Amino acid sequence: MNPGHPTAGLPLRAGLGLKLEHARTILEEEADIGFFEVHPENYMGAGGPPHRYLAAIAERYPLSLHGVGLSIGSPRPLDRDHLARLKHLVGRYRPASFSEHLAWSTHDVGYLNDLLPLPYTEETARAVAAHVAEVQDVLGRRILIENPATYVAFAATTMEETDFLAEIVARTGCGLLLDVNNVFVSATNHGFDPVAYLDAFPVAHVGEVHLAGHAAENEDGELLLVDTHDRPVADPVWDLYEHLLARAGALPTLIEWDSNLPDWPVLAAQAEQAERIMVRRLQAPSRVAAR
Amino acid sequence: MSPLADLQHGFVRALLDPDEPPPPGLAAGAAPGAERRFAVYRNNVAVGLVNALRAAYPAVERIVGEAFFAAAARAYSGTHFPARPVLIDYGEAFPEFLETFPPARRHRYLADVARLERARLAAYHAADRPPLPPARLAEVAPDALAGLVLVLHPSARVLRSRFPVLTVWSMNAGILDPAPVDFGRAEDVLVFRPDWEVEVRLLSPGAAVFVEALGRGCRLGEAAARAGGEPGFDLGAVLADCLSAGLFCDLNLGEEEEDR
Repeated sequence: MNPGHPTAGLPLRAGLGLKLEHARTILEEEADIGFFEVHPENYMGAGGPPHRYLAAIAERYPLSLHGVGLSIGSPRPLDRDHLARLKHLVGRYRPASFSEHLAWSTHDVGYLNDLLPLPYTEETARAVAAHVAEVQDVLGRRILIENPATYVAFAATTMEETDFLAEIVARTGCGLLLDVNNVFVSATNHGFDPVAYLDAFPVAHVGEVHLAGHAAENEDGELLLVDTHDRPVADPVWDLYEHLLARAGALPTLIEWDSNLPDWPVLAAQAEQAERIMVRRLQAPSRVAAR
Repeated sequence: MSPLADLQHGFVRALLDPDEPPPPGLAAGAAPGAERRFAVYRNNVAVGLVNALRAAYPAVERIVGEAFFAAAARAYSGTHFPARPVLIDYGEAFPEFLETFPPARRHRYLADVARLERARLAAYHAADRPPLPPARLAEVAPDALAGLVLVLHPSARVLRSRFPVLTVWSMNAGILDPAPVDFGRAEDVLVFRPDWEVEVRLLSPGAAVFVEALGRGCRLGEAAARAGGEPGFDLGAVLADCLSAGLFCDLNLGEEEEDR
């Protein structure tokens, strides 16, 4: 497999998660957005308006497929039927990027509909690397794996998350999706330094950045951040994004906003804000000399 | 079991039983405590599935109210996890569940309203096919009509209810103003999506039998004969309505040898 550069697909611009509520506006206004991202699981029906809108969007914009259902971190075999459905969508829409999560979501009872956390151990690395390699083989392309937002950590963990992700890259040749909001949420919840995390992240392999809003739940002075994707990107997350780009240079960046959906101009303004930061960095020399 | 499989097994057991403590193996960390941290996952799983049902059954929620619906949805989702990691068709068995959910017994028509919403969702995601141009039927020789096979659009669904299901749904979907309803009246409903919009139509007497027969692949003559036993069935009117509405996507003269 020739992985190529992970950013070969998505443009160095800001993108938005596609919501069908906005599709008509986007197409009518010919909105100036760098790319759109969808969860392929929402397009696994045979036809109908979702596919009609997505086809129209994919004709006009680069597309990113961002899977939520593969359960890459399960020790059990991947769901071959699901993989086949993903392969079908990749063939139909020719996305510029395909990404999935460092997480698990399926068990005996079925699909749990959440991105559940993993202990970072050699056993987990073997399972994840085998699954990433299988997905890349089936889809015939390099995929990106995203760092999770977590609320618990495991006693069994022996590796830092950044080292774990670097290990998966080394074993499979995959790229990474760096979710800066997830870094901030996890850092706050577990008490580590998000800047140190970003500085340790293998940024040379990052093909896409995610930004999103989160909720702060304060009980008796004890703070827990929850990755909700239901509001604007928080100021400290924008600051971390600036810090990342100062180190890594401009990167394709997606704003995730999935519930409590605002009107289109509010979403578009979030993308513009990310792009202003990217433009500043495109004009400034990168502090990473060789990528 | 491997340590990872063991860990995930314990995680799921605690996830699905709110009376269980957080699973073993969590790191003893900073505040907040493990209970609150783990509750985020419990909440994500429960709320995510309830919201998927809420999106699929808005009229049912409107009828029973938010709190009742949330309780029913939680009871359903706690025992019916999605069989595949796709939520667009989650809640397939919710109508049948409502029939057996004791607090819902007061609303005897509720399961059929849910079936109607289910049919609309299925039609929304069904394969796209251009409707059959009515002129194609006009080209068929009169003596070949009885042997004709009319192919229903892939989105077509018939719902036969012993309740006024379309009236009740329409009043709870913002289409009809609320008014007194005669719950003793049966309604047959056709759901299909000839183009962008899902359409729901009240079927005239016998039309449900006719459309269902066509859906099973019966020839026009046989479908008409089956529906003919229903009082008030008007073949010409029903066929014209179905054709102009775009209910068919193809026609053929049946088996190969008769095509020639």
